[in-house]
Amino acid sequence: MKVLVLEPAKCTGCRACMDACSFEKSGVFNPLDSRVNVITFHEDLMFVPTVCSQCETPYCAQVCPTAALVRNTTTGLVDFLKEKCIGCKQCIVACPWGSIRINHLGKEIIKCDHCSGDPACVKVCKAEALTYVEVEDVVASKQQGVAQTYRRIAAEMVKGVNP
Amino acid sequence: MIDGGYQGKILRVNLTDHVVKEEALREDWAKRYIGGRGYGTRIICDEVDPKVDPLAPENKVVIATGPLDGTTAPSSGRVMVITKGPLNGTIACSNAGGYFGPMLKRTGYDMIILEGKSSEPVYLWINKGKVEFRDAKHLWGKLVNESDQLMREETHLEAETMEIGPAGEKMSMIANVMFNGHRASGRTGVGAVVGSKNLKGIVVRGNLGVTVADHDKFAEAVRATREILAQNPVASGGLPLYGTAVLVNIINSTGSMPVRNAQDAYLPEADKISGETLRTRNLVRNEGCSDCSIACGRVTAIKEGKYKGEHGGGPEWESIWSLGAMCGNSDLDAVTMANYLCDRYGLDTISAGSTVACAMELYEKGYMPAKDAPFPLRFGDADAVVESIRAMGEQKDEFGRLLAQGSYRLAEHYGHPELSMSVKKQEFPAYDPRGIKGIGLEYATSNRGACHVRGYTIAAEILSPGLDRLAYEGKAAVTKFLQDLTAALDSTGTCLFTTFGLQAKDLAQLYSAATGFDCDDKEFLKIGERIWNMEKLFNLKSGLTGKDDTLPPRILNEPIPSGPSKGEIEELDKMLGEYYSLRGWGKDSVPTKDRLKDLGLEDLS
Repeated sequence: MKVLVLEPAKCTGCRACMDACSFEKSGVFNPLDSRVNVITFHEDLMFVPTVCSQCETPYCAQVCPTAALVRNTTTGLVDFLKEKCIGCKQCIVACPWGSIRINHLGKEIIKCDHCSGDPACVKVCKAEALTYVEVEDVVASKQQGVAQTYRRIAAEMVKGVNP
Repeated sequence: MIDGGYQGKILRVNLTDHVVKEEALREDWAKRYIGGRGYGTRIICDEVDPKVDPLAPENKVVIATGPLDGTTAPSSGRVMVITKGPLNGTIACSNAGGYFGPMLKRTGYDMIILEGKSSEPVYLWINKGKVEFRDAKHLWGKLVNESDQLMREETHLEAETMEIGPAGEKMSMIANVMFNGHRASGRTGVGAVVGSKNLKGIVVRGNLGVTVADHDKFAEAVRATREILAQNPVASGGLPLYGTAVLVNIINSTGSMPVRNAQDAYLPEADKISGETLRTRNLVRNEGCSDCSIACGRVTAIKEGKYKGEHGGGPEWESIWSLGAMCGNSDLDAVTMANYLCDRYGLDTISAGSTVACAMELYEKGYMPAKDAPFPLRFGDADAVVESIRAMGEQKDEFGRLLAQGSYRLAEHYGHPELSMSVKKQEFPAYDPRGIKGIGLEYATSNRGACHVRGYTIAAEILSPGLDRLAYEGKAAVTKFLQDLTAALDSTGTCLFTTFGLQAKDLAQLYSAATGFDCDDKEFLKIGERIWNMEKLFNLKSGLTGKDDTLPPRILNEPIPSGPSKGEIEELDKMLGEYYSLRGWGKDSVPTKDRLKDLGLEDLS
């Protein structure tokens, strides 16, 4: 299963992901209709992207009284079935991440569905702050990265630079 | 009816009476001038007397976006400030990145026209199309970063801001207009005009979308142009890695980086202030403006020394040059601090640094009496640079007030205007025309005074192999071409840096798919030429003549004393005549009737 990996340290705050998402989903550029959202902390110019984590235990689905949000065991995603939604907005309250969003009119629930396996946001993220990778590879690359640091330190120790 | 790209409405704000009016965007003007710089200039041409005092209530300011703002077109979030500039009385247009442009469009307006003058300091709060005049007395005197934060706290955390700093309030001739607290419409003193209207800032928040005329064609044009930029070594190599400061070592290695008020053009210790050093010493992370894949922006911090703990955006290459090399200063932390201060006070870094350099030469040569300077003004004194910027921002004494008027008025005050490194009273940026011939023609002919981003000949003379930097042949043609291209590009809301990879045809495709207007590369360039000539007509009516198309005497007469361009001077006349003739202008720098007719500008001539 592939997941959207968010790396705030790499994010440049360009928000192209938000424009690309809304254009893909509604044909209009409107960040308020984007499933992914970049929070900007102006004081220290830090940028934090957020998007649905497709939780294994989705609170949004648990509180949904009409089963408009359901965990799909085949894809591993939490599906949103628009026709079943009654607009009670309890999913927004329940989501611990704030990743269930409401559209620019404040009417419709919007939620990331990975664009059927080809996320529009990832395609415009030049900084690779948003990537779409197999979940086991996320762990592997994280371990690889840490190992690289040890490797560098070890090499310097050999030279006596950093005993 | 326009199919996409534009929101179709302009907000007219009368600051005298505190009333606002909505007006329809004119489709014929959108087709002829695109938007942004072009459309905004047309508004100024129609509504502002070219001879008006730029700081009088009769002057107007247009805050404008282009049809690509708010879309995924690469680096398409520019916002433009167009007015009659106080520094030199020319048609002034200065653009900035950040997020304000796209958000302005989401309020439903393509542009804002500011007119009149408020009796008390105010700021505007435009929330989903609803406009409020808000008291700004408590913000008057506040720094740019403080105002940005306070205005967001008072309105909405996810709103975007435009603001002036103390420099704009006190009508410094080199005051800028800032966006998001750290992105600058730096040049031509536009901040003073906003200050003269008692307007501290504008806060925008909207919920409307931006549509495009042809969804599939636009999506494909975006994919293709982003791919071109991804493969480009400048846009995807040097710029994201080292920021614009990648140019410090590149330009210095050609002996074309003005040093100590252009008394030299080569700095042996340039690497101390280079982009490479900035990356290891100060860089925290890259920042990209709206929808930018390049992300040349620097988020930086000072990690040691007396300014330890200070942080902010930049410095850009031009700022490193002006506050560094131009002042003989190679202390990067001091340069960075001076740059932060410029942003906080709302001063143009290029003009501010060059003015300090001018003051240093006046002081060292004894033209400025020692009693006039609050501290010794010696080239290379990092503290003197930082403290001069503070004095310029605060304007608490005569020294600060004098420097805040820019180098031309400063040098004139001491009887040596020739020591101002400016054209039409605006300080030139970081390239010495004696070592890069074409850029001198660009400085001399730029419609807003000395400037590198009206026609960035450096791209052809230095960054891509093609033209010999020391040759005069071909420079008139490339200058005209780039000036026309940039005028059209600016008007779409796209960043100049896309042109490292994109050509007129690529930009025309994006523009055409967004708006539904037929436009190919030829038409795109013709629109640019129309805008250029329109700006020129305004300047001629304001009283400028062909005599103003020149360079500081030092650049024309004094050979560079050292470095790779040693012995060079700029022979402007070898290019100027050819330039006028390519433009279809007379030898007096006046457009001919035929060319104006060809461009459809008879009504303005």
